[in-house]
Amino acid sequence: MAYLIDRRLNGKNKSAVNRQRFLRRYRKHIKEAVADAVSSRSITDIDSGETITIPKGDIEEPVFGHGPGGKRSIVHPGNKEFVAGDQVERPKRGKGGGAGGKASNQGEGMDDFVFQITQDEFLDFMFDELELPNLVKRQLAGTDSFKYRRAGFSTVGTPNQINIVRSLKAANGRRIALGASKRRRLKELETQLAAEQAETSPNEFKLLQLDEEISELKSRLKKIPFLDDFDIRYNMNVKEPQPTSKAVMFCIMDVSGSMTQDVKDIAKRFFILLYLFLQRNYDHIDVVFIRHHTSAKEVDEEEFFYSRETGGTVVSSALKLMKSIMQARYPASQWNIYGAQASDGDNWKDDSSSCFDLLSNDIMPELQHYSYVEITPNKHQALWYEYEQVRNQFEESFALQQITSNADIYPVFRELFRRRPA
Amino acid sequence: MAGADRKPISTDSEWSFELIEEYNEVIAGIAADFRLETYPNQIEVISSEQMMDAYSSSGMPLFYHHWSYGKQFLGIQNNYQRGQMGLAYEIVINSNPCIAYLMEENTMTMQALVIAHACYGHNSFFKGNYLFQTWTDADSIIDYLLFARNFIADCEQRHGLQAVELLLDSCHALMNYGVDRYKRPHPISTAEEKLRQKERERLLQEQVNDLWRTIPGKPGENAELQAAPFPKEPQENLLYFLEKNAPLLEPWQREVVRIVRKVAQYFYPQRQTQVMNEGWATFWHYTILNEMYDRGLVTDGFMMEFLQSHTSVIYQPDFDSPYYSGINPYTLGFTMMQDIRRICEAPTEEDKRWFPEFAGSDWLDTLHFAMRNFKDESFIQQYLSPKVIRDLKLFCALDDDEQSTIEIMAIHDDSGYRDVREQLAGQYNLGDREPNIQIVNIDIRGDRSMHLQHRQHNRKPLDQSTEEVLKHLHRLWGFDVKLDSVWQGKTTKSYSCP
Repeated sequence: MAYLIDRRLNGKNKSAVNRQRFLRRYRKHIKEAVADAVSSRSITDIDSGETITIPKGDIEEPVFGHGPGGKRSIVHPGNKEFVAGDQVERPKRGKGGGAGGKASNQGEGMDDFVFQITQDEFLDFMFDELELPNLVKRQLAGTDSFKYRRAGFSTVGTPNQINIVRSLKAANGRRIALGASKRRRLKELETQLAAEQAETSPNEFKLLQLDEEISELKSRLKKIPFLDDFDIRYNMNVKEPQPTSKAVMFCIMDVSGSMTQDVKDIAKRFFILLYLFLQRNYDHIDVVFIRHHTSAKEVDEEEFFYSRETGGTVVSSALKLMKSIMQARYPASQWNIYGAQASDGDNWKDDSSSCFDLLSNDIMPELQHYSYVEITPNKHQALWYEYEQVRNQFEESFALQQITSNADIYPVFRELFRRRPA
Repeated sequence: MAGADRKPISTDSEWSFELIEEYNEVIAGIAADFRLETYPNQIEVISSEQMMDAYSSSGMPLFYHHWSYGKQFLGIQNNYQRGQMGLAYEIVINSNPCIAYLMEENTMTMQALVIAHACYGHNSFFKGNYLFQTWTDADSIIDYLLFARNFIADCEQRHGLQAVELLLDSCHALMNYGVDRYKRPHPISTAEEKLRQKERERLLQEQVNDLWRTIPGKPGENAELQAAPFPKEPQENLLYFLEKNAPLLEPWQREVVRIVRKVAQYFYPQRQTQVMNEGWATFWHYTILNEMYDRGLVTDGFMMEFLQSHTSVIYQPDFDSPYYSGINPYTLGFTMMQDIRRICEAPTEEDKRWFPEFAGSDWLDTLHFAMRNFKDESFIQQYLSPKVIRDLKLFCALDDDEQSTIEIMAIHDDSGYRDVREQLAGQYNLGDREPNIQIVNIDIRGDRSMHLQHRQHNRKPLDQSTEEVLKHLHRLWGFDVKLDSVWQGKTTKSYSCP
């Protein structure tokens, strides 16, 4: 007696709960590994899974067991040249098998516990507890873009929305309804007429009367209009508010002579993090790269990160360009605008105050968030202090932080986008 | 070939449900001819992912949740995906009906092999062996696991994931010390279990309270109590002792300890009959499939594929091979089962000297008797023949840390057979394999500290995780815990927590 059951279609993720429990328990380890990966990985593969290694000692489930030592006799298979009473050198442990068998079975294999987390899990850990600034706020404050959606038919509308089939159906119905009694009468008269004509001696007067009435009815039937104003049906569209799911990210970077490749690399990682972060929150993201020294230029990614320039630094040139690009291509009503700027803090002496003006008057009111990272181990210069004032004005949406090395990026990033208590 | 007038059941390597049913019927028929008594079979076809799931929760179809099963799963998944290991072809569960998993990736030959191995080999072992009959209850295990899972999920809801997880960690650390070796548990159903659990909760708490009563009783009674040591005799079932006597555990915690203890008890026979169980199942898949071949029910190709995987299952690397990791229980068990049959059917002079009681007897009777009445240790002690020792070239090495070299104690010769057999049997004695640790005293009138003793076997010390286990024990007990490791009456090392 046997029951044969096909279980293949049953869920296969029975272990998912246990897996989650495991990840939860070793959260600390995984987070460390993720943070390490973020700062050490090459940028192109940051958006993939990660191998997590946990030291075996931290993960072991202890049980009572025998340690090495004492006296033990073990039976092994495959004797070749031994005879009873032989004395054999103790084999070095770890060299698979040998008479130390049992001890090495337990004692060895102190490798770390290694497993994979998926790309999604990796990013989840990476963005853990981070929240997109002001995203919620904007959704609550009402949206400023709309989408039309079909919502049945209406009797009012503009000619371009006329629905021909519906209109003609309505007209046909009206014509049938209006002409029904007349056609019935017409039919009656016609049978009377036919009957009269069939008589051997038709009543001329009656025939004439019938003829007259028939033609009267016919002409009245003809007068029913083929299409009337109130037959017309229009497609109805309703206007629905649409949360904006498009974001544009402005990356602004100083490429003047004082910015070394190392500093640029740090900046790049910061931008990448921001990009990945936005990618998880918006359907569509545009990235605008603006680099500047004394003058600003919109460039592609390759050029942005890898070409070298020399010269002085005028930060306001980049902000001006950003402003004009925003006006031309990214109206704030349709786009969530994010700005991220990386610099070593150098700026042309008198320029910093005009940066302040530009930011606080023209740019910040339109933006979701602007973050400024200063990558330098040195003291702050004028630009930082001007930016601090901007922050005081826009505390919610402006953030600035200093980064000194690669390992700082992630903590700083987290700090910038920390989940703020509502 | 004999019986070649009958056509093979299938010639293709593809399987289908109809074919599986047909093979199963034939195999069931042959098994019945060999008097294999089984629970009804429930054969479930699953995918490899599902196999990994089953793997990581001890093969049970339902189990409570714990991070350590997630760890196992990740480990298995990692190894499997990198191709470092294959998945087992089958998992079989000691329940009634007996649940066996077939993997969909297997060929028809493999499915037939698994059916013979699991559904008739293991299944009849579960039903027949005395340890399983005494210690497990196939009818109620699934019910019990369901109860356990719901109870633990309920605790998680009420007391938080963290609290339950810590408790389970501690219980798992002592799991091997949660088995009764001499009493039989009673089989009961889920409903009964629930009812009893409520009752237990109340009663237990009362008893515990009584034990730890601090109000002084009558003078005479008190003196008597003070004099009497507690526990009266050393306790080896640590979890049982904790469940009944730990002063600070909440009722639900006692129930969780009990659940872990019950699960440990359920798996206890499997840990003691690995060689026999696998040997028995391997012997029967080999015998049954050969019988099918003799009856002309399977093709030559089928047999080639079967033999190929059969030989790799019973492959035993030599001790000096890099692949060596101890004696393969499949090899040892299968070889011994085959050998018993040989001794019955064609005994030599040597066999008659060594096994006068069954040499030349009916092989099927003898095998069934062996399967029913032994565990690994006694089975080897009773049935390991000189021929098997010679065939496997077994030898016994003595590793004494007081000597600079390893001594070869005995090899496969006339003077060595008995020693080798003795030592090998001892190797399968769980009592020697695991440290012998017992609770010897509780300071009930003082600081309530628990005193344990480890009696060393051949001077073998405890390993470095002992401290960690003690921490778990301390968590459950709630007061100081001390452990002395003793050799010949002298304490060689003491552990304590905190």
